[in-house]
Amino acid sequence: MIEVKNIRKGFGEKTVLNGVSVTMHPGKCNLIIGASGSGKTVFMKCMVGLLVPDEGEICYNDKDFNKLNDEERKEIRQQIGMLFQGSALFDSLTVEQNIMFPLNMFTRDSYATKLKRVNEVLDRVNLKDVNKKFPAELSGGMKKRVGIARAIVLNPKYLFVDEPNSGLDPQTSLVIDKLVKEITLEYNITTVVNTHDMNSVMEIGDHIIFMFQGKKEWEGSNKEIIFNKNERLNEFIFASEFLKDAKDMRMLEQTGKIDENRDMDKLIK
Amino acid sequence: MTLFTEFGRYLLMIKGMFSKPENWKMYWKELMHQCNEIGIGSLGIVVIISAFMGAVSALQTAYQLVSPVIPMSTVAQIVRDTVILEFAPTLVCIVLAGVVGSKIASELGNMRVSEQIDALEIMGINTKAYLVLPKILAALIVIPLLVVVSAALGIYGGQLASTTAGILSPAQYETGLLQYFQPYNVFFALVKAYTFSFIISSIPAYYGYHVEGGALEIGRSSTKAVVVSCVSILGADYVLAALLLH
Repeated sequence: MIEVKNIRKGFGEKTVLNGVSVTMHPGKCNLIIGASGSGKTVFMKCMVGLLVPDEGEICYNDKDFNKLNDEERKEIRQQIGMLFQGSALFDSLTVEQNIMFPLNMFTRDSYATKLKRVNEVLDRVNLKDVNKKFPAELSGGMKKRVGIARAIVLNPKYLFVDEPNSGLDPQTSLVIDKLVKEITLEYNITTVVNTHDMNSVMEIGDHIIFMFQGKKEWEGSNKEIIFNKNERLNEFIFASEFLKDAKDMRMLEQTGKIDENRDMDKLIK
Repeated sequence: MTLFTEFGRYLLMIKGMFSKPENWKMYWKELMHQCNEIGIGSLGIVVIISAFMGAVSALQTAYQLVSPVIPMSTVAQIVRDTVILEFAPTLVCIVLAGVVGSKIASELGNMRVSEQIDALEIMGINTKAYLVLPKILAALIVIPLLVVVSAALGIYGGQLASTTAGILSPAQYETGLLQYFQPYNVFFALVKAYTFSFIISSIPAYYGYHVEGGALEIGRSSTKAVVVSCVSILGADYVLAALLLH
């Protein structure tokens, strides 16, 4: 279980995280949402240990990550898989070598066993005949899938996903979201996703944390988010007039004020 | 950032390289890869520079040696000593600072900017040990070898140029080469080669590893790495000469 206790992080004069506490739900998709500059990425980097918070604790199974020695940290890191915004695949290695890299580093299996595992995870992310291709030869969606394959190849306990849909078309974004959700359930992983894509929120958000100016502003599920009363969260999720109208209509529908012969155009106006 | 802060971060990077490897085999593979990249990758330019450096050195020395009391075989002696003492270690290392240094800085800079270093860190790999240490070790292994090759080629280039120009016969050149030879000079050249190898690899690795920003910063850090490496080589060259040549 990942527990974040009152973390603060600043860069120079600027405070980016201001006392954030949250417990990630095990075996679920935990989404961190918020506008650009709200502190999501810094929060995630603190959680995976790429940044050290100025105050507070990041606990993995009750052990404060930042108080562990190097060996203990390495042990925890080997239980973490991460998909980066730009996929972070090694340019000079083929897809097969990229996915095999953690296996080469941390296992003593034979080449045949490792190759079998690579093909298993590639199959799991629905990629075929790409083993010998280099990252530069892949599309954005394929790179993300290779990134996911590399992240899960060592059967991690925790999966961190940073902006999985950035630079992808809506259809491919949906495929990646579904893949993240399926893998979370299948491998019983605690997944933490950093996003500002509302489609992702509605598709995979078992547990949602809304960040605003470095603080946790709201916490709930995708079922609760639509009818939440938090003004800042509503400003974020219903940023466009179209979405506001859609929400109003949904409310009217729920209260039985819209009949089957409704005039949609009139309603939206 | 002040000079002291930068130097402190540089020392911390060097300190951070020393930890138990996660997998010896992978580290060995990376070391061999770097030896190939730095050594074989730079061999061509070293061969060309060294041969011409020796040739030009022989012709210019002969041109300046106008006294009838000094035998022409002295040309070979001067070429030998300048090539061993200065040209092979210093000039070749300054060229390698450009070739190898910019490559190391841009490779690590690109890995930093595209989050590949972060990806390795999250896997539980000590990136300073896995990415920086093999580069420094490879440089310490292959650059002194390149300097030895360079010295040999420089001396041979001098012979080729002086005999082709009719300044000396091959026999005279060989006589000159053996005159007043001091093996200590080779030791001094190798001390310089090892010192410069460390500078050429560690300074660009520092600048590449700590890049912040995007593609523009990679270029800037690469340029800065080469400039700082070259200045450091010249500074170290002076210090070593002052300390070791009395």
